[in-house]
Amino acid sequence: MEILVCIKTAPDTSENEININRDGTDIERDDLVYSVNEWDNYAVEEAIRIRDRVGGSVTVVTVGDEEAEEVVRREMAMGADKGVLLSDEVFNSSDGRGIASIIKAEIQKGKYDLILTGAQADDGAGQVGGMLAAMLNRPYASLVTCLEVIDDKKIKVGREIEGGNLEMIEINLPCVLSIQTGINEPRYVGIRGIRRTASVEIPVYGAEDLGLSSESVGESGSKVKRLDYFVPDPGEGAEMLEGSADEIIEKLIELLKAREGIK
Amino acid sequence: MAGQVFAYIVHKEGVADDTAFEMVAAAKRIDPDAAITAIVAGTGIDLNVVCNEIASSYQEVWKIDNEALSYPDAEVIRTLLVRILPEGGLIIIPHDTFGMDLAPGLSIKLDAAYLPDAVDIDGVDDNRLKAVRQEYSGQVSTHVVCDISGGAVITVQPGAFKAEKTKWPGGQVVDKTAQALEVGFPATGRRFIEVIEAEVGDVDITKSEILVSVGRGIEDEDNLEIVYDLARAMGGDVACSRPVVDAKWLEKSRQVGTSGKTVKPKVYMALGISGSFQHQGGIKGAPFMVAINKNPKAPIFQAADVGVVADILDFVPELTNKINGSRSRLET
Repeated sequence: MEILVCIKTAPDTSENEININRDGTDIERDDLVYSVNEWDNYAVEEAIRIRDRVGGSVTVVTVGDEEAEEVVRREMAMGADKGVLLSDEVFNSSDGRGIASIIKAEIQKGKYDLILTGAQADDGAGQVGGMLAAMLNRPYASLVTCLEVIDDKKIKVGREIEGGNLEMIEINLPCVLSIQTGINEPRYVGIRGIRRTASVEIPVYGAEDLGLSSESVGESGSKVKRLDYFVPDPGEGAEMLEGSADEIIEKLIELLKAREGIK
Repeated sequence: MAGQVFAYIVHKEGVADDTAFEMVAAAKRIDPDAAITAIVAGTGIDLNVVCNEIASSYQEVWKIDNEALSYPDAEVIRTLLVRILPEGGLIIIPHDTFGMDLAPGLSIKLDAAYLPDAVDIDGVDDNRLKAVRQEYSGQVSTHVVCDISGGAVITVQPGAFKAEKTKWPGGQVVDKTAQALEVGFPATGRRFIEVIEAEVGDVDITKSEILVSVGRGIEDEDNLEIVYDLARAMGGDVACSRPVVDAKWLEKSRQVGTSGKTVKPKVYMALGISGSFQHQGGIKGAPFMVAINKNPKAPIFQAADVGVVADILDFVPELTNKINGSRSRLET
């Protein structure tokens, strides 16, 4: 099976606190540690597992700059066979649809049975996979937390729906899926793996290579634009109860009763 | 002035989802005078009950009735919406697991803008819709503008808009089945098989008024007893954060958070929960929140109304005893 995984470089939020710069135009990026978007890492792991079971290859593709190239290498160190970087100044400030258009142009150069994305990334939009599927006229399923290959024509997947229930569906290949965390346990990428892929040539394609006009992508092609970042009023924090354990408990029970917290 | 505004109604077993009424509020934030049309797909009595339930909140209700719509498939609904929506319209969809399946592709098929997961909307100025979104799991917010000149698909975060059930004149139900299915039932490349319910969904914590929620601070599965005891004493239900589910100490159906349940209790006890944004993302409706944690720097104290720095393993049994003690005094 030929599998393509779309990945994104994102600040590692388990390592970073996200703060806003002084004029609110961006988050403070100076000290951020970037890595692969967490959801995408699960998607790459799943792709590698499928390939190891049924054969084929895994290609990772991303839209970005040099930083993104490092992330492509990381996922290749994990076990992806090929990496592609889509990079061009005119891609900057693309909205979700712009990113999907760029990746779609690359997809149409190859022949993929299965296209995976993470269910969402740092911006929380969760849009590129569904847009790609619609642009390519392929079936789509989002929030996939289990996957089983039935044959070379179809697979069976489970979608995580409200309350952690699983919606089981059969879906024809070729298709597009967005992968939810928890579908697997992504393998650890060791320093040896990183070294092995450090000098691999990663092809880089720009708008011209992909046959994209600069008006269709980037800021000019975007219908949705971010104006600024801000932090909603965090409030004052909790009223901390102090004193002896008995005093605290007495006060707490009084407060809970006042709020109908004890039936 | 916005174009015609539509809302896609999610419903289950003959009951409209809360978002059906939250979208009314969202639509009014786009344009207070907009005529809002609800679109409901389904079948039979359940569908009619839902249409009647929401008719008084919307000026018009478009229903699509077909047996094959008894379980909604986003791929099918997307095609049906493309068939019936007028050009340049705005459609609001809940940003839930169905909306996430449906909406991004719908925006492509309609050649309309896509504004995902709005938490607030601030009107339209010269075809530019202003909205607020969150990024980095809610750690920061952004103002965005969306060009709606060619229509737009807008998903709204469940719980972000306060439900409105004000009566509207109108509320006429229009059967759009014939138009939607004129060229046949949409063929798709995907087939629904079944829903596998989360294990032991014995308690629906989304409906609980009092939640006693426990996190990593419980340390061991055997210690859960003190949490159940407190929940019993308070007349509430037990919930938890993700680590407790990952450790398989409680079932997934009790998990509060963006990857679990979204809850709207009146009172929320956060016991040994550090309070990640993912967890807080599942707590809506501004409950009275009590945080008990031995780490005074735990972020949950920023979100809570009342905080106690204590080890829950010591504090919770004492609290339970006192509650039970005060109750028995009252009853005698």
